Amino acid sequence: MALKRRTFLGAAGAASVTLASPIVLADGHAKPRVVVVGGGAGGATAARYIAKDSKGEIDVTLIEPTRMYYTCFFSNLYIGGFKEIDDIGHSYGKLAASGVNVVHDWATGVDRDAKTVALAGGGSIPYDKLILSPGIDFVDGAVEGWDLSSQNAMPHAYKAGSQSELLKAQLMAMPAGGTFAMIAPPNPYRCPPGPYERVSMVAHYLKNNNPTAKIIVADPKPKFSKMALFQEGWADHYDGMIDWVGEEFGGANVSVDPNAMTVTIDGEETKVDVCNVIPAMKAGRIAELAGVTEGNWAPVNAADMSTKADGDIYVLGDASQQGDMPKSGFSANSQAKVCANAVRGALTGSKVFPAKFSNTCWSLITTNDGVKVGATYEATAEKIAKVDGFISKTGESDDVRKATYEESEGWYSGITTDMFG
Amino acid sequence: MKKLPFLFLLTCSSLISSAALSNQLGDPERGKQVYKKCASCHMVGVKAKKRVGPPLNNIINAKAGGVANFKYSKAMKKAASDGLHWDVDALDAFIENPKSFLPKTKMSFRGLKDQSDRTDLIAYLATFSGGELAAKVDEGFTVSNDILALEGDIEYGEYLSSECTTCHQSSGDNDGIPGIVGWETADFVTAMHAYREKQRENPVMQLVSGRLSNEEIAALAVYFKELTEDN
Repeated sequence: MALKRRTFLGAAGAASVTLASPIVLADGHAKPRVVVVGGGAGGATAARYIAKDSKGEIDVTLIEPTRMYYTCFFSNLYIGGFKEIDDIGHSYGKLAASGVNVVHDWATGVDRDAKTVALAGGGSIPYDKLILSPGIDFVDGAVEGWDLSSQNAMPHAYKAGSQSELLKAQLMAMPAGGTFAMIAPPNPYRCPPGPYERVSMVAHYLKNNNPTAKIIVADPKPKFSKMALFQEGWADHYDGMIDWVGEEFGGANVSVDPNAMTVTIDGEETKVDVCNVIPAMKAGRIAELAGVTEGNWAPVNAADMSTKADGDIYVLGDASQQGDMPKSGFSANSQAKVCANAVRGALTGSKVFPAKFSNTCWSLITTNDGVKVGATYEATAEKIAKVDGFISKTGESDDVRKATYEESEGWYSGITTDMFG
Repeated sequence: MKKLPFLFLLTCSSLISSAALSNQLGDPERGKQVYKKCASCHMVGVKAKKRVGPPLNNIINAKAGGVANFKYSKAMKKAASDGLHWDVDALDAFIENPKSFLPKTKMSFRGLKDQSDRTDLIAYLATFSGGELAAKVDEGFTVSNDILALEGDIEYGEYLSSECTTCHQSSGDNDGIPGIVGWETADFVTAMHAYREKQRENPVMQLVSGRLSNEEIAALAVYFKELTEDN
């Protein structure tokens, strides 16, 4: 959609604007080059906005291994039976048609001196600015007895797609009165309400199809996102089905045996039918390979999402360590727009406006029972800092909860259009 | 797979602001008379509720079958899942002959054969969509003339708009979150100030508007107004 361009009206009291002087390109190539690694809420949005707003002045390459991207957000609704798997799958055709060079390959390394990204398929792609938005990988040895070779017996389903389908198939195959176990992750992790929305969706499915089944959640944390809202919903809709074992009852002291299908919580072994292991997380591996991580995450500057380690490498979304924003698709999308504006300014001298961030996370508890939490954020010298926020209240009317769910559906259409075009 | 006859219409989605609609396409006053044929089943306006048919507020560019907990026909649900949106062309074709446009729709209405009846009716419905509906919602809430007179910086508005487009689609489509494209700037500014003053309910909007300055609201208003003009 075209915006009718008019002469710049002048800053009628507008916010402070930086006019960056464009960087000098290393080998004198004609157009500045941006490479984006990872085609999710951060990377796809950044690639799309830079290509769209630079109007051909910047070459944008997006490296993403999958042809079809399944959003983690709403993947719990697929597990609960509210969405089909195709509803959460998105291809990159529109991004390609809008001028983004989409490369379906794995980025296997970054040469920061030569400013190139190596591909698994061979060859490398040069960049002036590199944006990494790789999402998460799992910390090795985080849950005793579990590693990636166990992910078929005990799926994580925390990268959506085949893992989501596997977990749903296992849920549907549970024997009558069987046990579904979840090993919840320690902070910080992708999508703070995600495990608990998933518990709600699993409970919703079981209530309708296997009402004597049980759910055990082993949780290393003493409390969790939207806890009062979820616990109220669980009591109202799934009374007696869900046993949440928090930190004080040994929820952090957990091991699993994927061969025997057992879970041991605080010394007590339980035979289970399905075990959803969501291990501790870290930045997607390419961030570590690029040398921009400290510990598990990549520290970034709040004003533009550039890494503390390298001013020409930016990290978006879950992989970044930025301050107060939760690791969510909404956050990654919000950060991507700030980053896109800054990168474009650095490369072409376009106006750079001050960073503004926001996030809202919707969760579904049962049919038409949606809740949400949201906040606004600003860039300070130290971090992305929270400005203001809200959360749904317990005891809200059915109408409010329905409206919240409807809103989440509108948001899903909005953000996926904003990401993929 | 058997294609429904309306699908070809979806390829030419027309996006026109509600105000432009009522000016260019039809006479909303005459449309109000035509609407009497609809009023036994459908309500419009700030207090509209479900009756035999769903309320028709914000119908322009809305996703079909989008009113919460309304019992739509299977045919309408299928059309909705196939992506039907009530742009002007689709609305016009549906109203002309509902059973031909959407076989097995629950709407038992013979249709309006007269083109000017339909365009006037759509012009009337457009006054309950987008910014014009917002103006009705905000009736009684006013902002000062100084604020309304602020001239927005469209380039800044374009940057700020990226915060909005996470939820509000830049196409103007409404899949559960209303379109905000093509509103009169006064309607947009008034609605945003109403959220900022917590005279409108939604907590996400209260939060977002809560840290926008008067100038930033003006910038967004002019950006979203202009977004339609080339379409």
